[in-house]
Amino acid sequence: MSDHAHPTPVAHQFDDREQQTEVGRLGMWLFLATEILFFGGLFTAYLVMRWKWPEAFAVANSKMDVTLGAINTAVLLTSSLTMALGVRAAQLGRGKGSFALIIATMVFGLAFLGIKAVEYARKFQEGLFPGPGFVFEGATGRQVETFFSLYFMMTGLHALHMVVGIGILTVIAAMIRRGRFSPDYYAPVEISGLYWHFVDIIWIFLFPLLYLIHPHL
Amino acid sequence: MQGLPSEHIVPLKVYFTVASALFVLLALTVGVSLIDLGPFNIVVALVIAVAKMLLVVLFFMHVRWSSRLVWLFASGGILWLAILFALTMSDFLTR
Amino acid sequence: MSHETAVEGTNYLNNGYSLRSWFLTTDHKRIAILYLFTIVLFFFVGGSFAVLMRLELMSPQGTLVQAETYNKLFTMHGIVMIFFFLIPSIPAVLGNFLIPMMVGARDLAFPRLNLLSWYVFVAGASVTLFALVTGGLDTGWTFYTPFSTSYSNTRVVPAMVGIFITGFSSILTGLNFIVTVHKMRAPGLTWFRLPLFVWSLYATSLVMVLATPVLAITVAMVAFERATGIGIFNPAIGGDPLLFQHLFWFYSHPAVYIMILPAMGVVSEVIATFSRKEVFGYRFVAAASLAIAVYGFLVWGHHMFVSGQSVYAGLVFSILSYLVAIPSAVKVFNWTATLYKGQIWFQTPLLYAFGFIGLFTIGGLTGLFLAAMAVDVHLTDTYFIVAHFHYIMVGGAVMGFMAGIHYWWPKITGRLYPEGWAKFSALVLFVGFNLTFFPQFLLGYLGMPRRYYHYPPEFQVLNVLSTAGASILGVGYLIPLIYLLWSLKRGKVAGANPWGATTLEWQTASPPITQNFPTTPVVTSGSYEFPALEEVHSE
Repeated sequence: MSDHAHPTPVAHQFDDREQQTEVGRLGMWLFLATEILFFGGLFTAYLVMRWKWPEAFAVANSKMDVTLGAINTAVLLTSSLTMALGVRAAQLGRGKGSFALIIATMVFGLAFLGIKAVEYARKFQEGLFPGPGFVFEGATGRQVETFFSLYFMMTGLHALHMVVGIGILTVIAAMIRRGRFSPDYYAPVEISGLYWHFVDIIWIFLFPLLYLIHPHL
Repeated sequence: MQGLPSEHIVPLKVYFTVASALFVLLALTVGVSLIDLGPFNIVVALVIAVAKMLLVVLFFMHVRWSSRLVWLFASGGILWLAILFALTMSDFLTR
Repeated sequence: MSHETAVEGTNYLNNGYSLRSWFLTTDHKRIAILYLFTIVLFFFVGGSFAVLMRLELMSPQGTLVQAETYNKLFTMHGIVMIFFFLIPSIPAVLGNFLIPMMVGARDLAFPRLNLLSWYVFVAGASVTLFALVTGGLDTGWTFYTPFSTSYSNTRVVPAMVGIFITGFSSILTGLNFIVTVHKMRAPGLTWFRLPLFVWSLYATSLVMVLATPVLAITVAMVAFERATGIGIFNPAIGGDPLLFQHLFWFYSHPAVYIMILPAMGVVSEVIATFSRKEVFGYRFVAAASLAIAVYGFLVWGHHMFVSGQSVYAGLVFSILSYLVAIPSAVKVFNWTATLYKGQIWFQTPLLYAFGFIGLFTIGGLTGLFLAAMAVDVHLTDTYFIVAHFHYIMVGGAVMGFMAGIHYWWPKITGRLYPEGWAKFSALVLFVGFNLTFFPQFLLGYLGMPRRYYHYPPEFQVLNVLSTAGASILGVGYLIPLIYLLWSLKRGKVAGANPWGATTLEWQTASPPITQNFPTTPVVTSGSYEFPALEEVHSE
């Protein structure tokens, strides 16, 4: 996106700051629309597979750790709050506060990834990673494997987006540190925030779809 | 053009209220998943997820105060995802 | 370095000659030139595969290549032509060059992103080419599962990675165009004053942004499934191959409109300029672009009538497919109505535009046959389909590209192409094209299946005709390559507005300065308000 990082000049193709800000904002929203459909392919696959194999999905769900999933949801929701507050601080020109809140957001993001890593490790140990090492007793074993294929693809793609998000926030934090922003110019903070919230929203859907399938369905 | 809607400074109270609502909804969705509602478990779970999404989109992402174009882009992606779902399932549901 | 350099002072071409000034440029015009070189290269790469196929098909029992090689040839022809020529052709070259100028802006909204798009494109293309030269690919450009995920012994994973990367180039270009059209228009340039080329590129960009990500994730799933032996497309472990087809065609049907809509935009511009009339029913033509883009998303199931898709879904898709004919017909009728009582000026771009209208109409109408479920059962996977989509893609998209390249050549290079040669090669192309592909309609109707390297002897006459046509077609593509390069130095200096056109890009120098316009233009009227009579005709 157009992180034209200099607080002073407006990039040459624009008439004024306002145009530049709105262009950046729209660019990010359009990118998020693309992202919806990028994840959308996986959600469609999930929809079809769950429709085809409801029992297998319910059985597979019993292997999911709801507690860790719920904690991770809470962590991510909190990170969204700190992100929103960080943008607000940037709007008000409070560099220090904005810096601290962005760092907090990153820390929550890393915590999320840490918990995710623990979950992944356990799944590997239990032989639930699809492929030759997959172990699952029962008639629906192959379809349970399909569930875990989707689980790893969806959460893996989501985690990748988290990593990218943390990378972006690192840059933003450094820019705040160098005093690049002001109440007139904070668009990169806001636009990065949009991305962060989007990644949060993806998780808001992944959590019930992957962790909360009711066993009696 | 001063005072763009997007430059709106949202009061802290709003952010904290929204965050609390999100946590309540999280607790609710976990709680409901423990009760057997038959086919309605997934419905409730998705309704709650949509509610959480709307809270994040409207308040944290400032769409509530944004230009119509942002509304359009934000809903466009979701509408197109709905097309993908609907026409794909039009096949699977009528096999 | 000829004497009659009308180019006073600097323009975007002589503003720096170093490699750095090209490969690190953020000027949309220079990036367009980078794309032009890249896609022309791929056009001839893809074309050479076609040459080999047509040579093979001259005799009924394959003599030139093995069956496996033939499978790779049609796959690579499809992949290269679709992903690396047709999809970027008009948008990335002409769109990049013209959209900022047509909206009166200094550049696209995100100039650096634009350069990144080109690099992403080159990276994706390189990975795909790597797959093609290190073993090739034999899945067809459609990559159908479970063949691609479980059985093919060719380079599926690197090809998927290449396509995945290339997709992002397309997404970023579309995003850039949409934001530019929304936010960068010159004062007074309202939506309904925009040139129709901008409307059609806007519609194209919507498709790029909303459809391409689904293809990207789908090929990623195919690569993942192939690499790990798990997944969701292989029926042997509970997957569903039709799920792949749904996801694939959710992109690849709209992708047809990525190819054809920009060509329609070119034709609208060319017809207005060379009949010196406002486009008839301007608003309808503009809205038809959006309608085609949106309908394009609702019809993908017509590629799956014989796949085992439910008959009810097939019916819905069939009916929706018929609806696409409406906006398409609106365009064709409005172009003809524009020509009516216009002051027609038969220059090469107009010849290509006529070619487009005729060939696109044939391609479109044969599409209606295929949209009818019962007829499709007979015609699916025959040469009828091959002929149909080549009428759309070559007869439509490539003719549109040729029209556009000739029409804007004076603007891009500052020089005129040689009119006589250009008219001659337009004619050669038209004849060669029809001779190549019309026999394929007949072959398909008679039942010759596509994607086979040999065939029963009774089909030989039509196949030889088709190969003969392809040779003529090949010559038709080489002549422009030669005279356009020649014109760079020897062509007549064009002047700012050789056609007497009315859109904004003609109101500045040829070639344009780096900033496009000395001062931001202020627009006070629609795009096609021609002055009563002009002296432009005095050549």
